[in-house]
Amino acid sequence: MTTAHARRTWMPSLGRLPLHATLVIVMLVWIIPSLSVVVTSLRPPTDIASTGWWTFFTNPRLTLDNYSTVISQLGFARAIFNSFAIAVPSTVFPIALAAFAAYGFAWLRFPGRNALFLAVVALMVVPIQAAFVPSLQIFKSLGIGSSFLAIWIAHTTFALPFATFLLRSFMVQLPPELLESAQIDGASNFRVFRSIILPLSRPAIASLAVLQFLWVWNDLLMALIFIQRDDMYPLTNATARLLSTYAQQFNYLSASAVLLMIVPVVVFVALQGQFVRGIVAGSVK
Amino acid sequence: MAGTPRSRGTSRRWRRWSGTLFVLPAVALLAVFLVYPIFSTIRLSLDTGIFLQLRKFVGLDNFVNLFTKDRLFFNIGPTGISGVLVNNVLWLVLYTGGCVGLGLLIAALADRVRYETAVKTIVFVPQAIAATAAGLIWLLIYAPNPDIGLLNAGLKALGSGPIGFLGNASIVTYALIVAAIWTGTGLAVVILSAAIKSVPAELVEAATIDGASAFQAFRSIVLPMISGPLTVVTVTLAIAAIKTFDLVFVMTRGGPNGSSGVIGYTYYNETFEQGRGGYGAAAAVVMLIVVIPIILLNIRRFRASETAR
Repeated sequence: MTTAHARRTWMPSLGRLPLHATLVIVMLVWIIPSLSVVVTSLRPPTDIASTGWWTFFTNPRLTLDNYSTVISQLGFARAIFNSFAIAVPSTVFPIALAAFAAYGFAWLRFPGRNALFLAVVALMVVPIQAAFVPSLQIFKSLGIGSSFLAIWIAHTTFALPFATFLLRSFMVQLPPELLESAQIDGASNFRVFRSIILPLSRPAIASLAVLQFLWVWNDLLMALIFIQRDDMYPLTNATARLLSTYAQQFNYLSASAVLLMIVPVVVFVALQGQFVRGIVAGSVK
Repeated sequence: MAGTPRSRGTSRRWRRWSGTLFVLPAVALLAVFLVYPIFSTIRLSLDTGIFLQLRKFVGLDNFVNLFTKDRLFFNIGPTGISGVLVNNVLWLVLYTGGCVGLGLLIAALADRVRYETAVKTIVFVPQAIAATAAGLIWLLIYAPNPDIGLLNAGLKALGSGPIGFLGNASIVTYALIVAAIWTGTGLAVVILSAAIKSVPAELVEAATIDGASAFQAFRSIVLPMISGPLTVVTVTLAIAAIKTFDLVFVMTRGGPNGSSGVIGYTYYNETFEQGRGGYGAAAAVVMLIVVIPIILLNIRRFRASETAR
């Protein structure tokens, strides 16, 4: 966004009004839907059922009742806890394993390395649906079918191909001189990994952590399949469930949607840099 | 230990094998919980498969049924073709095309204004939130009651009757795709914006000085130079279109009367709600087959980038 960019001239110069008008419309179209659910969540149920959320601007009446009901009576306090209990380990485990593997694939020589890495690349876009039923059976036979361990393992496994690919792309570009000199000094592979590779890879790891955390936080499909007990439902599941109970009652539904959105929006706004860098790195390379 | 010649030999051998140790945990998990399950699912797709268990081998019957007997999956009727497969093609074309087209437009326009960051952030936020939340948001926007749903309030103000966007079999899939485009465009904007910025400004300026219109300069200079990221965005969104599930599950459950189903929903519904594991597995295998060209493309692109290095 330097001034050089701002001065680019590949748009018609018939005045910049159409440009601004288009962008304002774009922003409105992208803000209004989210705004509607936030406003609705703060209105009393009787208002929601009788007048549109937009009348809020002329007749503002606010309440937090919808939130307190959803959190204390409809089990969302538990669901918020569960979402963290699922998302945090499901972010840490795959990144740790992927970092080890990425270092191996990027810098160490061992038999079958290239073939194995091609397999990892191939697995990146495989629809995970093709793995659900058999892994569910494995979890059941291991006796962990109804614990968080099942969904941690599932998220970890399904995240590994992309995480390994992304981290390897980053590590491969580190200057080889650094590693070679450490090896000449007699440092073990593990020490090279811990004291050189890991610290230098921090930006890539941070981007990946943000992406993976949000991916798990927002996941509905795997939670539907790998979480068997009501008291272990994360927010996505709890929200979808609320929907089947209170189909058109937007007081509870909008409050639950906002609860589900808060964490990703905060994470995104706070860590926008990492987020965007991760997405661009994962795609452009 | 590294001092004596002998231990140096062991350490070299150890170094050679320690690479295997670094990748072993990841590779083992992938083998047990991804690769083996894929083959196991393929096996299940050739079986009647009640719930999750193998029952009776039936060869390709499930696939034959999907494509010829299951009217919700694929149907050639008097009014044209319909069903899950057609819906997925609509998703593939309209969702991917919509996100990429809008993303390109917004990225190019925003590049020219000072509040670019604001535009990009606003368009990107829906990409960060759960599809489950986005589904609820659009349920509210599409609500048939004009005192709840914004779109029907607008139609009412224009003197037109309410439309049940999600209750009408002929428009429901389009309504879902619009909601999905709202969530997916941010991805295209962010990636394409970064790509557009990497095009040297002098090239574009030179072209405009030579008399090319801004649009011509964009088409003949910027577009070819961002073809790489453009392909990546298109492929990423195409994969999302093939795998789409959450929005359909939250907003319609494939309804009304199965008219908005997609393969991902067929898989879930058949396997976990109808208990027809073999049939559901066949749907998963269809998804797998559809992404094989993308897998091959990825491998080719990876190999090319490795030799380029």
